[in-house]
Amino acid sequence: MKIRIKFSKGGSMKFIGHLDTMRYFQKAMRRADIDIAYSTGFSPHQIMSFAAPLGVGITSEGEYLDIEVHSTRSTEASLSALNAAMVEGFTVKDYRRLKDDSKTAMSIVSCADYTLTFREGYACPLSPEALREGLHAFYEVPAEIPVIKKTKKSEKTIDLKQLLYDFQVLEDEGDEVHPKFYLKLSTGSLDNLKPEFLMEHFYRFLGLDLKDFTFQVHRLDVYTGDKRNGFLSLNDMGTVIV
Amino acid sequence: MSKPALNDEILLTIDQPARYIGGELNMVKKDPKAVDIRFAMCFPDVYEIGMSHLGIQILYDMFNRREDVYCERVYSPWPDLHSVLKKQNIPLFALESQQPVRDFDFLGITVQYEMCYTNILQILDLSHIPLHAKERGEDDPIVIGGGPCTYNPEPIAEFFDLFYIGEGEVRYDALFSLYKICREEGQKREEFLRQAAHIPGIYVPSMYEVAYHADGTLKSFMPKYADVPARVEKQIVVEPDEAPYPARPLVPFIKATQDRVVLELQRGCIRGCRFCQAGMIYRPTREKTAERLKEYAKEMLKSTGHEEISLSSLSSSDYTQLEEIVNFLIENFHGKGVNISLPSLRIDAFSLDVMGKVQDIKKSSLTFAPEAGSQRMRDVINKGLTKELILEGAGAAFAGGWQKVKLYFMLGLPTETKEDMRAIAELANDIAVRYYEIPKDARNGKCQITISTSFFVPKPFTPLQWATMHTAEEYIEKARIVNDAVKAQLNRKSLKYNWHEADVTVLEGVLARGDRRVSAVIERAYEKGAIFDAWSEYFRNELWMEAFAETNVDIGFYTLRPRALDELFPWDFIDAGVTKDFLKREWETACAQKVTPNCRMQCAGCGAKKYGGGVCHENQD
Repeated sequence: MKIRIKFSKGGSMKFIGHLDTMRYFQKAMRRADIDIAYSTGFSPHQIMSFAAPLGVGITSEGEYLDIEVHSTRSTEASLSALNAAMVEGFTVKDYRRLKDDSKTAMSIVSCADYTLTFREGYACPLSPEALREGLHAFYEVPAEIPVIKKTKKSEKTIDLKQLLYDFQVLEDEGDEVHPKFYLKLSTGSLDNLKPEFLMEHFYRFLGLDLKDFTFQVHRLDVYTGDKRNGFLSLNDMGTVIV
Repeated sequence: MSKPALNDEILLTIDQPARYIGGELNMVKKDPKAVDIRFAMCFPDVYEIGMSHLGIQILYDMFNRREDVYCERVYSPWPDLHSVLKKQNIPLFALESQQPVRDFDFLGITVQYEMCYTNILQILDLSHIPLHAKERGEDDPIVIGGGPCTYNPEPIAEFFDLFYIGEGEVRYDALFSLYKICREEGQKREEFLRQAAHIPGIYVPSMYEVAYHADGTLKSFMPKYADVPARVEKQIVVEPDEAPYPARPLVPFIKATQDRVVLELQRGCIRGCRFCQAGMIYRPTREKTAERLKEYAKEMLKSTGHEEISLSSLSSSDYTQLEEIVNFLIENFHGKGVNISLPSLRIDAFSLDVMGKVQDIKKSSLTFAPEAGSQRMRDVINKGLTKELILEGAGAAFAGGWQKVKLYFMLGLPTETKEDMRAIAELANDIAVRYYEIPKDARNGKCQITISTSFFVPKPFTPLQWATMHTAEEYIEKARIVNDAVKAQLNRKSLKYNWHEADVTVLEGVLARGDRRVSAVIERAYEKGAIFDAWSEYFRNELWMEAFAETNVDIGFYTLRPRALDELFPWDFIDAGVTKDFLKREWETACAQKVTPNCRMQCAGCGAKKYGGGVCHENQD
């Protein structure tokens, strides 16, 4: 049977890359006695796949991995077993059963949302009001936002308007000096848009220079679906096991 | 979670930031303010190598069982971070608390190979600790060295306050107690070191005086004070079953070299190969019981989640309960997502059977280490393996479906002739012949025989410690002779030959049998930028050659000079168990091309019996 696991990754664990995170979870499954299924052959590996790799340096409270198991305990019991096997910085937040014919998370991811805060030592260049005005002119007014995206092999023009589903300036309560941004972006194998790429274009639009490391990027959740029919959190596709 | 010592900008710019953040599974967390002793345990190489070392895991676990000690870890920053730390003047920090090493009570450095000596200086330099022990003040950590290279600590003696000779499990409690008393009584660093010299196994270089003859050889090596012992005795665990072993070893996030549970079967080796330092300094052979190992296996697989378990020892085939432990692992874990990785076992019916069960025969290869090509040469080094045994083992393996064989040899052994060198190629050819004797329809295409040679480096406390070495050019010539011989073999298309660098060999030779004067070379080489010398991509021989020239140290004195049988060696003040008389006897027996039986066949009277345990006292109750 198929299981979807939701976890968060924070603190220093943001420096653990995707492949090492996978290795970490493979060992965690064994420590937590999850009855995970293995491939056959001389070097069997666990049947496990991640939804959307998280870049090094990014924190998240909405990461997903799908596994296949022979049997399972309840959501509650599995959560406590997995969390007993975690290190500080990783927390397993949900463990749900998927329908047997479900596609892997990786193949259905369509978007993710993020908050971007100014990293320690990097000041916000404008007031929240000015940022909001700029954002209005950059994002809300135009019908399309064509930009050039360079890949290793080619250059192509893409329309940010089509790939950016939400963009807001938020303020932490009682802290006007440090506004933050909320972004909801196209994610997945097609039309993947990185938060930093978007911010670079926004800064350029404002006539500002975006320094490396300005933002701490934090992923909130990962979704399937589309703009027209609505997005669905990957977590909501599973059912709680009692 | 401790806030990283490095900021995001640095961590996101360097390679593998996970090397420097700590936080791994089973990491010990303590309040540094709530302990009496802070110990920084260092392996002076990159994280992935250092984290794979069993000894550190054992001591880390053992020290942290004490409530009054917090043991943390330090590894060599990779050259990319090295430059950043230098440029921004950031002091080197320990992984657990992310706090500077300089503020610790002890910095313990395990010295596993000679080519890490410049990395030791890097650790001191980046920690902002004076390189020379004599320049350190009351606030600097006590720098302590241990590990196999400290059986000749002299080339690095200037850089250490003290050395611990032997197995760490035995005397650290005494050292920590002494440290606490000295501190409570407000005693100075010097007073602590003086008293530490009284603890068996502890060597304090500054308490000894060295004099040389006009020809440069050692004249005398004496304690400066009457209360300091003239000889330092190796410490060993007599009952390995009772020694502490880490049930919850650290599990790194990034893939370490040893990414698996390691079961230590035994310490020591009964074989007595005359080139092998480990086989001498870890005497006597002491086994753990299979029962204890089974408990560890279960517990450690559970606590780590590792998907692989391997056995560790110098010669696993000599472990008397090997079949029992291997069968236990196969029955309990094979097919349950746990790979069983076997160390290089002697090839026989049993080992072929278990390898057939746990490995993919088509992909795996068999390993033989004849170490020398001719029987004469093997007799000199006391390597019991005969050509018949090798061919028999290879034949059985080929019949079982294997077709890849790896062969390891050494070049530059004492008394070696061109015939001995060519015999390496001939032995490999004979193995191939054995393969092609199998009828064509019963075999699986060609066989692949890989020959690797390294150059022999004489090590202290081995019977070959009197041997002379060669120049780099001579070594390369030896490899060329083997290469030509390989090309002349009938089955040359099934043979592949690899050989090692010669420059490193010469340097290793100087460092292995060097004296205190060699420390100036190491320091100069480091100043010139030598670092990570064990990594071929960073090793720069020219820096070392300049360092020798500028410090007026003659390489040939250490490598090419014949050593007299009665010469006083820089390491002779250490009692490593094996006596100098035994080593002399063995050196003479080697030169006479005679073998010495292994410890279980007949006691050779090496001196290790005095420890009161292990193979010396087997079946004698």
